[in-house]
Amino acid sequence: MINLTINGTKVRAEEGSTILEVARFYGIDIPTLCYHDELTPYGACRLCMVEVDDGKRTRLGASCLYPVKEGIVVRTHSKRLIEGRRLMLELLLARCPNSKTLQDLACKMGLEQVRFQIKNENCILCGLCVRMCAEQMGSGAIGFVGRGQDREVATPFHMASEICRNCGACMYICPVVELQCRGAKSPGELCNSCLVITPQCLEKYGQVTCTLDSCGACIEKEGK
Amino acid sequence: MKKTRTVPELEALQNSLLQQRDPSKPCVRVCLGTGCRANGSLDVLKAFKEEVGKQSLEIEVDLKQTGCHGFCERGPVVVIGPKEIFYQRVKPADVPEIISNTLINGEVVDRLLYVDPSTAQKVLCEHEVPFYKRQIRRILANNGKIDPTNILDYIAAGGYQALAKAITKMSREEIIDTVEKSGLRGLGGAGFPTGRKWRLCREAAGDERFVIGNGDEGDPGAFSDRSLMEANPHSILEGMIIGAYAIGANQGYLYVRAEYPLALKHLQIAIDQAREYGLLGKDLLNCGFDFDIKINRGGGAFVCGESSALIASIEGRMGEPRAKYIHAVERGLWNKPTNLNNVKTWASVPLIIKNGAEWFAEIGTEKSKGTAVFSLVGKVNNTGLVEVPMGTPLKDVIYEIGGGIIEGKNFKAVQTGGPSGGCIPEELLDLPVDFERLMGAGSMMGSGGMIVMDDATCMVDVARYFLDFLQKESCGKCVPCREGIKRMLEIITDITSGEGKEEDLRLLQELAETVKDFSLCGLGKTAPNTVLSTLKYFWEEYEAHVRDRKCPAGVCKELIQYFILEDKCTGCDACLKLCPQQAIQGEPRKPYKINQDRCIKCGTCRDACPFEAIIVR
Repeated sequence: MINLTINGTKVRAEEGSTILEVARFYGIDIPTLCYHDELTPYGACRLCMVEVDDGKRTRLGASCLYPVKEGIVVRTHSKRLIEGRRLMLELLLARCPNSKTLQDLACKMGLEQVRFQIKNENCILCGLCVRMCAEQMGSGAIGFVGRGQDREVATPFHMASEICRNCGACMYICPVVELQCRGAKSPGELCNSCLVITPQCLEKYGQVTCTLDSCGACIEKEGK
Repeated sequence: MKKTRTVPELEALQNSLLQQRDPSKPCVRVCLGTGCRANGSLDVLKAFKEEVGKQSLEIEVDLKQTGCHGFCERGPVVVIGPKEIFYQRVKPADVPEIISNTLINGEVVDRLLYVDPSTAQKVLCEHEVPFYKRQIRRILANNGKIDPTNILDYIAAGGYQALAKAITKMSREEIIDTVEKSGLRGLGGAGFPTGRKWRLCREAAGDERFVIGNGDEGDPGAFSDRSLMEANPHSILEGMIIGAYAIGANQGYLYVRAEYPLALKHLQIAIDQAREYGLLGKDLLNCGFDFDIKINRGGGAFVCGESSALIASIEGRMGEPRAKYIHAVERGLWNKPTNLNNVKTWASVPLIIKNGAEWFAEIGTEKSKGTAVFSLVGKVNNTGLVEVPMGTPLKDVIYEIGGGIIEGKNFKAVQTGGPSGGCIPEELLDLPVDFERLMGAGSMMGSGGMIVMDDATCMVDVARYFLDFLQKESCGKCVPCREGIKRMLEIITDITSGEGKEEDLRLLQELAETVKDFSLCGLGKTAPNTVLSTLKYFWEEYEAHVRDRKCPAGVCKELIQYFILEDKCTGCDACLKLCPQQAIQGEPRKPYKINQDRCIKCGTCRDACPFEAIIVR
């Protein structure tokens, strides 16, 4: 086991685990967009950045890829990190303004204004779909094409893929296709379009019983 | 069969080469570096060949093609040994005269000599030319002396002696110790100590190791790696063989841009020759060590100069960086311990092994030893390839070696380290160049580009230019680099076109700092350097753009207007004839006026005016 400190608390972690895994295990919420438990970490969204002090110097690193090391001191919510994360999200919202996932995160992280020109690209290039297709579906029908500003997710040569089985896993995992915000409504009409629901436990027990964020997972379970 | 199977055989070959060569024999060395080729040195060489044949000379002449001499501004360059007479801007028509006067009669062709602009004196020899005087050439020492396509030339010049010494007289540990003690540092941003990197790689767990030479020099305005690969490929190979031997790697890769065809050609010739002479391949020099080198061509992506992207590219994957929390020395190419160095770093190794760590470290500063190689370009009189001791003040490089600013204009800024470097202002011209000081000034050593800018340069526009380059070259994997650079460019383009707001400057600063902090690889981490350094040193210029809607340097088209000074204009027609828009109006012999509605601000009129009557406001 490896000993490290996260946000002032001394914790123990299994060798080979990442800072993100350890932090989440101990209930510390680090936001991510390109990370998924069952996929290879990718380190592209940069929301999971943390400060790591290895005794020699402090540097920033993507916690989803950073392997725990003996004695490191990790900070997950410093001013520098929070402000940087907000700016990352702002940049993503500028290219993908209608995503519920992004807007929920913005709400949670206190981001209220996008200062850049809005462009509706409808993809944040997080690569979840590419990894999902290759690693879980064993297909590899889609990949990244182009460099820099021209980068996009596509099939080879933009032709209908012969190996795509239309399983829909790419859409299932995509953080920006599900439940797009429909934007402003006519006066008097309530939004609700992104389906932020008050936890059912509030009605049942008169109070919210879980101490975690109202993620809504419990509601789904109850419903089923 | 191998031509040299053992170290004694290599030494014997060297001795016999030296005996065969008569140092007093006339020798013509024509520079065939890319710069001189562009100026027509291939024709000069051809003329020499034809003329030597035609004149059936009584004396014997060695005719040699060499790599870049460095003084590209004055190409084609021809040096005549043994007196080392330095002829510049030589044309094929000059060749018969050089042969009959200099080679046969020993007279100097006066008009081909370099004239020192400060003293108006003609300079006879290469080392007396002010451009070379302040330089100490170590890595580049043999660039203009040997034929890069002939291994015997390199061997005769003492080549592969260091390899022989390393494998016969030194243990692997001693080799690494020597490199570590020399203080040699890598050229990727942080200046990581080379010896320590080698040791980490040697000690890393693994059954197989690799070494890589990075020759993917992609910075606009940088050509030092290219010149070295073209002019002295064996020095790189020798360094890699020594390094591989010390580290325990049996396979090396040279990653070179496909846009460097001559470098690729010379490296391949060098590898083939080294194999032929038993210096590469199985059981090289009979020391029980196998090592070979393969060349990988880069496809033209700037990001592939970044070590992890380069490794991905060699592996056949998309040239994208990965996080380096586990370093390549532990898990690099094919997840095996890998040691990657720049080609100039590799070329330093034979010098260190041959002359010792103390020799290498005797010049330089406290933490940066040896020399630094720069591609000196921009608004400077003597552009070319420069090698100076670490710690040489920027001023000396620009004014003494570079000969000052073109057309006597004023210096404004110098950018070091390519598009990822920062712009250093006049106040810091006394700065001695080394790793720490350049980083402290917001710039970096990098690949050794050095772009000099005069006072007709708009720093906001410079920042815009480099951001434009970087947004095209960003691989697009991580958010800060892909989105951040794009948005910085958007903001700065607004500023240069007169649509900037004051709050934009704060947003730009915030964005630049965060992109530097949050990016995945070196490209993104250093991309904001131009923005941050120009914001720091040239803040007034940004303010003038957003507050007063003025471009003080007169560059940003939307913010300037051309005017004709009535008292200076003679109505000579020079501008009127050339204006593509017919925007200049008036009667001949009377002062003209510019119709601002038609003017597209191309500047043709100002360049054409013999009376300096056209100004920009």
